[in-house]
Amino acid sequence: MSTETIDLKTRLVTDFYAREEVMNGEAQSDFHQTKRRALGIFEERGFPTPRHEEWKYSNVRDMISHQYQFNGEHAVTEEVIDALKIANLSGNIIYIINGRYEASLSTLVSPPDQLTIQPLYEAIRENPELATTYFGQLAKSESDAFTALNTAFAHDGVFIQVPAGKVVEQPIILRFISDARTENVGSNPRNLFVVGRNAQVKMAESYRTIGSERSLTNTVTEIFVAEGANVEYYKVQNEAEKAYHVGTTHVNIRDNSHFYSATVTLNGGFIRNNLTIELDGQHCEAFMYGLYFPDEKQHIDNHTLADHRQPNSYSSELYKGVLRDRSTGVFNGKIFVRQDAQKTNAYQSCKNVVLSPDATMNTKPQLEIYADDVKCSHGTTTGQLDEEALFYMRSRGISKTEAMTLLMYAFCEDVISQIKIDAIREHLEGVITEKLAKK
Amino acid sequence: MLTINDLRASIEGKEILKGINLEIKPGEVHAIMGPNGSGKSTLASVLAGREEYEVTGGSVQFEGKDLLDMAPEDRAAEGIFLAFQYPVEIPGVTTINFLKTAVNEIRKHKGQDPLDAAQFLKMVREKAKLVNMNDSLLKRSLNEGFSGGEKKRNEIFQMAVLEPRLAILDETDSGLDIDALRIVSEGVNKLRSPERATIVVTHYQRLLDYIVPDYVHVLYQGRIVKSGPKELALELEEKGYDWIKAEVEHAL
Repeated sequence: MSTETIDLKTRLVTDFYAREEVMNGEAQSDFHQTKRRALGIFEERGFPTPRHEEWKYSNVRDMISHQYQFNGEHAVTEEVIDALKIANLSGNIIYIINGRYEASLSTLVSPPDQLTIQPLYEAIRENPELATTYFGQLAKSESDAFTALNTAFAHDGVFIQVPAGKVVEQPIILRFISDARTENVGSNPRNLFVVGRNAQVKMAESYRTIGSERSLTNTVTEIFVAEGANVEYYKVQNEAEKAYHVGTTHVNIRDNSHFYSATVTLNGGFIRNNLTIELDGQHCEAFMYGLYFPDEKQHIDNHTLADHRQPNSYSSELYKGVLRDRSTGVFNGKIFVRQDAQKTNAYQSCKNVVLSPDATMNTKPQLEIYADDVKCSHGTTTGQLDEEALFYMRSRGISKTEAMTLLMYAFCEDVISQIKIDAIREHLEGVITEKLAKK
Repeated sequence: MLTINDLRASIEGKEILKGINLEIKPGEVHAIMGPNGSGKSTLASVLAGREEYEVTGGSVQFEGKDLLDMAPEDRAAEGIFLAFQYPVEIPGVTTINFLKTAVNEIRKHKGQDPLDAAQFLKMVREKAKLVNMNDSLLKRSLNEGFSGGEKKRNEIFQMAVLEPRLAILDETDSGLDIDALRIVSEGVNKLRSPERATIVVTHYQRLLDYIVPDYVHVLYQGRIVKSGPKELALELEEKGYDWIKAEVEHAL
C-alpha cells in the first residue's frame, strides 16, 4: 500500500471525527450510529485493491492517490446551470452540486400529494424512523468499502417518497454536478427512494463534471419498490476525463412490481457502477439495460446482480459496449437464484464491439442457481463490427466511415431507445452522434 | 462499358478465378451460369469490391476507369450495383434511412446537392411501386425479419432507387417461390434500358425465362468455357452441366 493511499483514507477518517465533535446531541441518533459503524468498517478495510475479486479489473490506485475537497463548496450559479440544461427537459429537476443539495437551483413541479422530495438529512431529521427502516438496509457497509465510506458521510443526497397508489406524471431528474473548476472535489451523495404500493414513477440520475481538475463521486442509491409499483430508473453519466465515479444502486422489488433500469455511460475517466436488484416478491419483473462507450484512456466497469429470492420472478438484462482507443471495459453480471425462487426466468446478454486493437473488454457472466426449476441464460459477445454489414453498406455507395457510424449508432440505439424520458433520450442520441463524429 | 481481361482472383491463397475475359456493352443482359463452386459468386463479389478476395492478375475497366483500383463505395458511385445473394440484416438502421444516406453519398460523389426529405420520399415511393414494395417495410430495420422474398425485392428496390449503370444480380432467384420470382424479374425488366447493362448470375435457367439474356456464359473451374445466345441456357437446363465438364476435360 502506498503512502498516498493512507493519506486519503486517514484524512477522511480524521474528517469524520472532527465533524462528530461539533454534532451536539445528534451523535446519539440511530442515523449517526449507523454512520459510525460504517466508518469503522471503512477504517478497517480501506480502499479495495485488485487482489479483491470484485475489483480485479478496476484499480482505484490512481483515484485515491489524490486529495479532494469534500466540503461541498462550489461556485455554480444559475448561469452555469443554464449552460448545462438538457433541451426540452421538464419535470422535477434537482441539482446536487459537489454533493450539496441546492434547493434554490432546483425545480419541483409535481403536487406534494404525489411526491416528497427533500435532502436526505432533512427527511431523517423529520422522520428518524427512516434511519432504521430504510437507510442502509439494502446497500450494506459490510459488502463494500465505498458503500461504507458513503454511509459514513451520508448527509446530502435526495430522499424521494411516492405514496401508495400515486402516479407521478412528471419525471424526477437528479443532476449531480461536480464543480472541479478550481480544485479537486469529492462527494458522497446518498439517495433513498421509497415507492409505495401500486405507485408509478420515472426517475433519472445524471452525472456531469465541469472544470478540468479531478473529481471523485462516490454515490449510493437505495430504492424500495413496494407491491405492484412501477419504477423506471435511468442513470446517465457524461463526465470529464479526470472524473472518478463509484456508483452503487441497490434495489428491492416486491410482488407484482416492475423495475426498469438503463445505465448509460458516455464519458468519464474511471467509472464503476454496481447495480443490484433483489427480486423479493412473486411475479415481479426487473429489466436492466446498459450502454458504455469509452474512448481514449477511459475505464468503465459495470457490476450487476439479479438476486432472485422468491418464486415466479423475471429478470432480463442487456448491456452493450463500444470501446475505442486505449479504453477498457468490464462487465460482471451475476444471476443469483435462491433455493426458494422456483420458476425463475432470468436472461442476461452482454455485447461488445471493440474498435481498436489497444482497447480491452473483460466480461464475466456468472450464474449461481440453487433452485431446480428455473430458466436462465446468459451470453456475452465481444468482437469487431460486422464486416458483411459494412460491405453491404459500402456496396450501396456509403463510405466506410459513414457506414461505421450508422452501424455504431444502431448498436447504441438498441439500449438508448429503452429510455422513456424523451428529452433525455434525445440528449443522449446527440451526445452519441457527437462522439461518433470524433473520428 | 465493362471490359474484363484475364481476371484472376483468390481467397485465402486458393485461386478461384483463373482468367476471366468478358466484354459488356450498354443495354446488354449477360447471364453467367455454371455449376456450384465454379466461381460465379466470386466474380460478382470481385466486381463489387469485396475485400476478402485478392485480385492476383488481370484488369477490369468500367467506363474507361480501372475498377479494381476503387473502394466499393466508389464503384457504387460510378454506377455498379450488386444485388446480394444473401442480403444482410442490419438491426437499428431503417431501409429508408440507409437509402437516403446512400443516395446522398452518391450525389455528393457526383458533385450534386443532397435531395431534401420531400424529394427523396417522392422518388422512393415511385420506385417502391415498381417492385410492389410495401411502404411499411421501408420504416423497418434493413432486412431484419424480412422473408427471403422480401429481402430480394428490397435488393431490386434499392437498385431502382440507385439507378446503376451496371447491375449484377447474384443468384437473385435462389430461395424464391414462383410469385416472388415473377415480381423481382418484372422489377428488373422495368429497369432495363439502352444505357444500362445487367449481369445475371444464376445456377438455374428458370430466372432466364423472365429476364431474357442477350448472351449466356458458362463458368467452370474459374474460366468462361462456353458462350452463346440465350438458347444455350435452355440446352444447359435440358442436359445439365456434365457435357460441359466433359468438353472441358476433353480439351485438356
